[in-house]
This record gives sequence, C-alpha cells and structure tokens, in this order.
Amino acid sequence: MLNDIYTVWLREMTRFGRARSRVVSSLAMPLFWLIFLGTGFGSAFSLPGMDYTAFLAPGIIGMIVLFTSIFSGVSVIWDRQFGFLKEILVAPVSRVSVVIGKALGGATVATFSGLIMLAIAYAIGAIQPSYGILPAMAFMFLTGTCFVAAGLAIAARMRSMEGFQMIMSFIVMPTFFLSGALFPLSTAPDWMRAISNIDPLTYGVDGLRHALAGNGMLPIWLDFTILAVLALVAISLASYLFRRGAL
Amino acid sequence: MKPAIATKNLTKEFGRNRAVASISLEIKQGEIFGLLGPNGAGKTTTISMLSTLIQPTSGSAQVSGFGLERQDEIRKAIGIVFQDPSLDDELTGKENLDFHGRLYHMPSQLRAIRISAVLKLVGLEDKAGQQVKTYSGGMKRRLEIARGLMHHPKILFLDEPTLGLDPQTRRGIWDYISKLNQREKVTIILTTHYMEEADALCDRIAIIDRGKIIALGTPTSLKDSLGGDVLVIEAIEVEKLASLLNGTGKTKITAGQLSVTVHNGERMAPKLLAIAAKHKIKITSLSLKKPTLEDVFIRHTGRTIREEEASPLDMMRVRRRAR
Ligand SMILES: Nc1ncnc2c1ncn2[C@@H]1O[C@H](COP(=O)(O)OP(=O)(O)O)[C@@H](O)[C@H]1O
Ligand SMILES: [Mg+2]
Repeated sequence: MLNDIYTVWLREMTRFGRARSRVVSSLAMPLFWLIFLGTGFGSAFSLPGMDYTAFLAPGIIGMIVLFTSIFSGVSVIWDRQFGFLKEILVAPVSRVSVVIGKALGGATVATFSGLIMLAIAYAIGAIQPSYGILPAMAFMFLTGTCFVAAGLAIAARMRSMEGFQMIMSFIVMPTFFLSGALFPLSTAPDWMRAISNIDPLTYGVDGLRHALAGNGMLPIWLDFTILAVLALVAISLASYLFRRGAL
Repeated sequence: MKPAIATKNLTKEFGRNRAVASISLEIKQGEIFGLLGPNGAGKTTTISMLSTLIQPTSGSAQVSGFGLERQDEIRKAIGIVFQDPSLDDELTGKENLDFHGRLYHMPSQLRAIRISAVLKLVGLEDKAGQQVKTYSGGMKRRLEIARGLMHHPKILFLDEPTLGLDPQTRRGIWDYISKLNQREKVTIILTTHYMEEADALCDRIAIIDRGKIIALGTPTSLKDSLGGDVLVIEAIEVEKLASLLNGTGKTKITAGQLSVTVHNGERMAPKLLAIAAKHKIKITSLSLKKPTLEDVFIRHTGRTIREEEASPLDMMRVRRRAR
C-alpha cells in the first residue's frame, strides 16, 4: 500500500517537474493580489495592531495552495479523458492508495508553490523571516491534502472539463472569500462566519497566520486538528466515490 | 487443463441497451482467441467485464481460474491494451513503463531488465527517453503493447490492437503478437472488426453481433461451414460440363457461368480441367473464390461487417490514433 501511494505520488512529481513554467506563471495573479490589494487597502483602511500586507500575505499563500491543489484533484478528469486512468484502475492497486497518492502528490506541489510565494512575501517585506516557516509548511501541506481530495471527490463523477468553470465560480471562489484570507472574520456578520466555520481554508489560513504573522483567531493546535480531521474526511469521501463508478 | 477464461451467460445492460447478451464461451490456455464483430457489437464491453473494469449485469465468468469478484487476483494475472489511448503523454516512454512496473510491484532490478527487453521487442529503444506526446500513432500503440506485456501476464487482452494504423505497422504488430504467443505462451484475446486480422492471427474466433455470439470456431472451420470453395467456370457447353461435374460438387448455372462448390478448390481445379479436356469441352475462364469470414458474417446476419465500420466515434478514434 505504501509502495502504491509512493508510485502515484512519484508520477505527480515527474509531471510537476515537466510543468514548472506553468507553476511559475500561476504565481503571477496571486502576487498581484498581494502587492496591489495589500498596498491599496493597506493605505485606505487600518487593522487594529497590524499592517494589512502582513495580514494578507498568509491569505494569499492559502489562495495559492487552494488553487493549486483543487486543480491537481480535478486534473484526474484529464487522466480519464486521455485514458490513463484506466491503466491505473486495471492494475492490482487499491483505489484508496490511488487517492492518497494523488492527494499527497498534489499537496507537495501546492506546498512548493506556497513556499515560493512565501519567499516573495519575505522579499518584499510583507512578513519577517522566522522559525514559523516549518509550521507554515505543515499547514500548506494539510490544506493541500484536503483540497486535492475535495477536487478528486468532485471529479469522481465528472466526464469532461465542461463543469470546470462552474467549480471555479461556485466552489473555489466562495471557499477563498469566506476563509478570512482577505479580511478578518471577527468583524464579519454571523451568517458569513457560520459558513466560514465549515470552510477548511479558514483553518489553513488561520494556521498560516499564526506561523507567519504571529496571531490568529483559534489556537494553532485547534486549527491543525480540525484541518487534519477534514483532510481525513475528504480522503475517505474521495476514495468512496472512486470505488463506486470510477469509469 | 483449465480454460484461461470461461464465461457463462455473461450479460451487460446499459439502461435498456443489452450491449452483451448472455455470452458463454471457453478460451483455452495458450490460444489466440478473436472476438470479431462490427462496431457496437459488444466486444469492448465484454473485455471490460473480463478485466474487472465494469461489473456484469448478470451471468458469471472465470478469468485465470478466478471468479470476477476476485478483482485483485485477476488484475495480477492479466495485461490489457485498451482500444483507446491510455498513455501519459507528459511522461517519456520509459517513465510510462516504469510507472507500470511499479504498479505491478516489480522490484527495481527486474523493472530495468523488463523495460529494456520490451522496448527492444517493439523497437522503441531509441525513442524511450522522449515524451510520449512526440510519438506517432504506431509508436504509441507499440509502447502500449510493450507495457501490457511487461509484467508477463498469463492472459493478454488486445482491444482493436491495430485500429487506425497503417498497413505496414499493422503487419508488424501481427507478427509481434504471434511471436509473443508462441514464445511466452501467453493466452491472447483480441478484438477486431478487420476480418483479415482475425483470419491471419487467431486460432479460434467468435463472431459477435449485437451482443451475441453468432458463430464460433477456427477460421478454417467457419469458412468451411459455408460449404467450401467455389470454382466459377465459363465454357461453351456449360450444361454438359455441369452434368459431368455433378459428382464432384454442387453445381449451379447462373448467367451462363457454372459455379461448382468444392472442398479445397486449388486441388480440384486441375482435376476439373482434366475432365473437361477428356470430353473436349473448351473452358474459356476459370476462377477460384475462397469464402472469407466476411461471407460467414453475411450468411448469419444478412449484413456486412464493413457497413457499420465508420461510425463517427470510430472516425474520431482513428484520428486520435493517427496523431
Ligand atoms: N459506458 C457505456 N454506457 C452506455 N452504453 C455503452 C457504454 N459502453 C458501450 N455502450 C454501448 O454498448 C454497445 C456495445 O459497445 P462496445 O462494447 O463498445 O462495442 P464494440 O467494442 O464491439 O464496438 C454499444 O451499443 C454502445 O453504444
Ligand atoms: Mg470496441
């Protein structure tokens, strides 16, 4: 089983190695968000006791992790369309191993992208270098695992990329906006906070903020625990959906 | 010896469409068995059930001695080359094979040995380090065949192995398949809607149409079931000749031409000429028609296999392959 997970992970890494330029260009948009939104809002509004760019940077890293990992998960539709999924499904390998391998592979790629953004954020002075980088990596990885698995679960029943735009508009964007990545949830209305409570990215961003900016809403261990549980749930759901009706 | 594959009333319905309608057959170990039929006959669906990719609606099957519910055991015992492309285009040929070897739990040394062996077998050593997206359709097919063999399966499924390939590549793949069957003693189940392919390659053939087996046997016995070869003769005195040849085979005169149905037409032709010469009958033309599998199909269905060949989906597949 560990072997099989490693095999699937390794393929994700090899493909990632081939597509580095795409990864770099996918960083451009979040970087603009960080620079222009950070500067623009930072000078228009003020947060108590904190610079807005420093508040925003962990949110933008969360955004990269979210986009990269959802995309990784949903990309299984391409595997299906190009027929490669059959090669995996007919092999003596359990569906659970395939799902976990994909999730960890996608999470590794997402963490890598997040780290590049983190380096940029350091470089432009949005955050200060500290030991927080290690817990930050852990949060990126967990958040990534969660959303690759979510992407896989969504894609388990999809036969074409036609629904992709729908997913972006109705799942990814709300997930991002309601996570507290752009504005503090503490002052948001109750209904909004209620939704953000079930948004995995809320805990990812909160954890990143602990690690990189030294503050957050919940205790960091709680962020971590909730995220880990959600990752397990997402992996189980994806494995279940893949077991039934994979073709 | 236990059969490699045995099915009993194997059936698959998609909604109200019975894609495979109660197929029962036995495939012996070590034979090349062909499923021949037009598009939509249910060949791919049959293979998908036997390779554990989809579940039958009813009926049962044993693959390599295991019932279909023993998915893991079956998956270890089989190799499959799908009808549609199934390679990772972003990876190199070698990486595709390496991934396959890992999926089948081959240790790294064995992987290395098998990868170079199968690459050599299909003549892709030079291209192995390049990404698959740079390959031609024929090269991709050869790589898929190499991959299907790499873990030395006992049973190999080939779903339309030469669909959309040029004649030269096609012959190369035929040679390769029979060599493989002889050398490695792999049982091979191949589907095709090319009669020549089934005829040239298969030890036995099941002709399948609309989900049912309509004829089964060796290519020779299937063709013989039509009654034998036909000698078509043009001569001045056809009636006289016809009465002389009555003992040799079934005779029939149509439009001034005499046709005689015989076994083994090549041997009968000279004898027939000798009879005519003895009775001073002048023959102006003689031709030999051997029945084809197509004739067998027509006999049973009243249609030709070719008629349904070019469905839009099929054309798309051909185009995808040719890339
Ligand atoms: N996944 C599917 N869903 C619905 N119908 C299908 C599916 N796969 C095949 N069919 C139908 O089953 C029949 C047999 O198809 P198939 O096995 O692909 O034939 P062949 O391989 O002989 O060309 C066709 O009528 C086809 O439309
Ligand atoms: Mg088919």
